[in-house]
This record gives sequence, C-alpha cells and structure tokens, in this order.
Amino acid sequence: MTEWRSTLARQRYLLDFTVAAMKRRRARNLGLLLVYGGMVFLLASVLFYTGALKHEAGLLLAEAPEIVVQRMVAGRHDLIPETHAETLRRIRGIRAVQGRLWGYHYDPVVRANYTLLVPPSDDIAPGTTVIGPALARARGAGIGDVLSFRGHDGALRAFRIQAVLPQESGLVSADLFLVAEPDFRALFGVPAGQYTDLALRIPNAREIQTVAEKVLETLPDSRPILREEMLRTYDAVFDWRSALVLLPLSGALLAFAILAWEKASGLSADERREIGILKAVGWETGDVLAMKLWEGGLLSLLAFLFGTAAAYWHVFGLSAPLLAPVMQGWSVLYPAFRLTPAIDATQLLALFFLTVLPYLAATLVPVWRAAVTDPDEVMR
Amino acid sequence: MNARVELRGVRKAFHEDRPNVFWAVDGIDLVLPAGGVTVLAGPSGSGKTTLLTLIGCLARPTEGRVRLDGRDISGLPEPFLAALRRQTFGFVFQRFNLIRGLTVLDNVMLPAYPLGPPHRALTRRANAALERLGIGHRAGALVESLSGGEAQRTAIARALINDPAVLIADEPTANLDTALSLAFLDIVSDLRAEGRTLLLSSHDPLVREASVVDRAVELRDGRVVADHETRAEPAG
Ligand SMILES: Nc1ncnc2c1ncn2[C@@H]1O[C@H](COP(=O)(O)OP(=O)(O)OP(=O)(O)O)[C@@H](O)[C@H]1O
Ligand SMILES: [Mg+2]
Repeated sequence: MTEWRSTLARQRYLLDFTVAAMKRRRARNLGLLLVYGGMVFLLASVLFYTGALKHEAGLLLAEAPEIVVQRMVAGRHDLIPETHAETLRRIRGIRAVQGRLWGYHYDPVVRANYTLLVPPSDDIAPGTTVIGPALARARGAGIGDVLSFRGHDGALRAFRIQAVLPQESGLVSADLFLVAEPDFRALFGVPAGQYTDLALRIPNAREIQTVAEKVLETLPDSRPILREEMLRTYDAVFDWRSALVLLPLSGALLAFAILAWEKASGLSADERREIGILKAVGWETGDVLAMKLWEGGLLSLLAFLFGTAAAYWHVFGLSAPLLAPVMQGWSVLYPAFRLTPAIDATQLLALFFLTVLPYLAATLVPVWRAAVTDPDEVMR
Repeated sequence: MNARVELRGVRKAFHEDRPNVFWAVDGIDLVLPAGGVTVLAGPSGSGKTTLLTLIGCLARPTEGRVRLDGRDISGLPEPFLAALRRQTFGFVFQRFNLIRGLTVLDNVMLPAYPLGPPHRALTRRANAALERLGIGHRAGALVESLSGGEAQRTAIARALINDPAVLIADEPTANLDTALSLAFLDIVSDLRAEGRTLLLSSHDPLVREASVVDRAVELRDGRVVADHETRAEPAG
C-alpha cells in the first residue's frame, strides 16, 4: 500500500518536474508542438476525409440496385432496349427490372458537367426541373427561374426550376439536374423504349452472383455491374485520391520526421548537464527516463489531440476547404455539404501510434545514452 | 549515522583504451572512519575531484575496491549506486550545479523525488533545511537570482535533504570571500557535531587550517603523499 502510494507520488513528482522543465524551454516546446500538431492535423484530415467520403459513398450505394446492366456495342456502353428488360424479368431471382435514363450535359456558361437524370418516381412535370445545390449556386438560380440549353438537335429547351435539392443531401446530388422522361428523351434524342441502363433488384444477396452469370448467358451483349464492384471501385478511387494527397505530403512527413528526430534527439548541452545533475543527486536512470517519457508523452499527446481536433473541425465543421479540391474532384461543381462525422477507431489508433511512438523513441534513445553514463562530468 | 569508507588499491584511468591513458588516481589506500572532517589537499590536477567522485559513487574505479561499512560497492549495479548517492552521500559541487529555472525550494527537494515522500512532509523538510542555513526567505526565488553564498547554501540544503551520513564538497570555498568561507566552516562544524562525515577537497589554506578539520590528506599525482591528524579532540 505505502509502496504503491510512493510509486504514485514519485510519478507525480516526476510529472511536476517535467511540466516545470517544459515551461523553462517554452519556445522550443511550442515550436515542436506546432510542427508536430500540424503534421498530425494534415494526416488526420486526409484520414477523416477519406473515411467520410467512403462512408457517404457506402450510404449512397446501399440504396443502389444490386446489379446494373449495360448494353455493350463494339466494346462501348450503348442504349439498352426495353426488350432486354423483358428478357431479364423472366430470370429467377430478379424481383424488378427498371430502365434508367441518365446522362451528362456540359454547360459552357459555368464550364461544368451536369448530371441529368430521370428520377424513378414520376414526380417531375414536363418543362420543369429539380436541381442540385451546387448547380443552383453556380448558375445563381432559384425556384421559379428558368434554365435553358440546347439539346442534341440544337433546339433550345427551357426548364422552370421547381425545387433545389437540400445542401446536405449528399455528395453526388450537387450537380444533379432532374427532368421528366419525355424531356430527357427529347433533349438527348433517346428513342422511346430505349434506356441508359437497367437496374435489377435482387432480394437474396446470395443469388446476385448467379443472377449476374445468367444475365450474361441470356444477353451476351450486356455487361452486368455488381454493387459490390462499385463499392470496391469507390474505395479504390478514394484510396487513390488519398494517396495522391499523401504522396506529396510524405516529403513533408519525412522532413518532419527528420526535424523531430533532430529536435528530440539532439540533447542540448543544458539538458545533458541537467541529466548529469539529476543522476548525481541520486536519480536512477529509470527516473530520468520516466521523466523524459512524461515530457515526450505530454508533448506528443498534446500534438495528437490538437492535430486531430483541428482536423475534425476542418473536415466536419468546415467541409475540408484544404482538401476538397483534390479529394472529390470528379465534378467541377463542388458540393457544399457537411460530411457526417464518420471516424474509424482503428485508423485513429494507427495514427496515434504512428505519431506518438516514433517521437517517444526519438526522445528516449539519446536520453538513455546520456542517462547511463557516469554522472562524474558534473563535478568538472 | 554510520558510513565507514575504505579504499584499497584504488586507481582511476582516463582515456583507458587510447595511447594517452592517464591515471588520475593511482593507487590509493585510505580509511575514512564515520564522523569527522577530512580535507583532501594537493595541487591542481593531483586527483582530488576524481577521488571524490569515486568515493561518492559518481564513477567507478578502474582498479581496486571501495567499501562502505565493509560492503564492496565498487562493482554494484547502477541502481544501487544511485541509491547510495541519494541516501548515503550528499554532494556540494564546486559550481553548485543548481537547476536553472527552478526555485530554491524545488532544487532542494529534487533528490527526494525518486523516493516519493508525501509532498507536505517533503516541503516542510526542505523549508526547515533552508531556514537552518539562513536562507529560508529565498525559498521561492529562482536560483539564477542567488548570490554565490546563497547558491552554496541552497546546494548544501539539497545535499542534506535525504539526511545523508556523508557530505562531500568539492572546493567549497573556491567562489567565496573570506567572510562567506568562514560562515561555511561554521556550517561544517554544525554538521560535524551531528555526527556526519564530511569530506572536502580544497586548495584553500583557510579550510585546511581550520580548527574544525580533523584530518588532512595530501595528494600528488594521484597518490597520497601525506596524511595527518590535525585535531586531537574526538568528533561528534
Ligand atoms: N574526464 C576526464 N578525462 C580526461 N582527463 C581527466 C578527466 N577528469 C579529470 N582528468 C584529469 O585527471 C587529473 C586529475 O583531475 P582532478 O580534477 O581529479 O584534479 P584536482 O586535484 O581536483 O584538480 P583541481 O585542484 O584543479 O580541481 C587532471 O590532470 C585532469 O586533467
Ligand atoms: Mg578538482
């Protein structure tokens, strides 16, 4: 009991001493904290952002059809006829087949692509449209305004804005332009009975693979795309994008590592002398190490906390202004939405160990070397 | 308080594995009984400081044995040596070696931290030590602001905080004027009266010839060249 209490008291003393020591070297420690915290901030931002985008994409795809069937002509995606849908409806395991109509339109005014889409529920009246928030912002348009553009035949068509999708409705809604089916067909010249692709609903997850094989068998000119594949593609894309950010960052990371190593490992003559004094007055090597462990631990923990807190705020509070242009750029119209906080605990833990442990090692090695030498130098 | 120190054939080399090996202490046999004031005298470079580091467990002898109360301590592992430095020996370094940026009180308490005593008791002890040395009013001052005499007293208070049997002081009067040197000898006299063993190194005739000194050991080239009792009355 008393043993335990004095161990605790000892650690308190060491901690107090450490805090006092850190205050004495305020400029150095603040500098370290800033650089170190900044590094954690960048890493955590990328981590949070990628995680949140994947999460978002995952949510999106959760509602997506299990299989999307495209028709291929000469190796290219082509329109798919209603007769294909009829054929597919006869395959066991498929509950519903829905023809979808969607495509892109380049708007030279804002120099960006819109995603034109006919929503499955037929609630858009011909001549009207519902648009995404980013598009509304880019065109400076609101409800009641009229947007018009030329179709495939050069004819100008006008759409009255019926509604603007809410800000937070997600990543891919930003540049949407929802229209009625007849408008879509007229605009792009898609004949009746033709669709962009077919969405299949398959209630039993275990049948998806077999259904896909059967689809290919019965319609050799088709290409079934599984939702799982799309998920993987999303993951790959986001991983690739985060790699894109981390790659140039890794140079900075390396520089940081070197700086931290130098800062942490380069014991100043002052510190060396101090260690000698502490040893001379009866501190054990372990006491000195524990003290420095507190110091490194406090510093790296603070940096980690500040870095991750700032990153959280940056990504989920401010929607990652520093990363967004690189990370989500498949559309020129950036969605201005708030990401739902989605944090992966293992990633956070990995970040913690990747930043805190190397720093501790960097501090402890030279201290250990100084602390195991005889303290007789302090007599000189 | 006990602490009989015994040196047998003690030698200490510097640059041992280089061609210019140098024996700073070169074969010393010496017995320091518990209690009393011993002064190590001798010219500069004669090995006084080196010998003090060997006795005080700040360094290990290259050859020979150091015994404390009959126990061989020259080969003990580091944690035991640290414990001896903490509890059996108190050091007053020539340049005091106070830790800058800390207060006088914090400096004095430092050697007790590894023992983890209750904070209030430790503070009381440290304040009492400072009070006793006449610098209680400086307890809260940063050590940078101390005068030479105050710094030395702080160093003495720090050396005494764990109540060691032996107090080792290297050139204690080197940075002091005559009045302060005499005041230091008064403190030595008090500590001697408590039964502590005091081991000083000094060039200073004022110290060597002080009435409080029981014994003077003269070194030259790392060896003892003279060893005389200077005081007849028993210590303590
Ligand atoms: N770490 C060291 N490395 C090399 N030589 C050393 C070292 N420490 C001491 N010496 C040498 O050992 C010899 C004895 O030194 P020491 O400091 O013990 O003498 P001293 O009697 O205390 O001298 P002073 O009166 O000048 O303090 C000196 O010649 C010194 O140069
Ligand atoms: Mg000396």
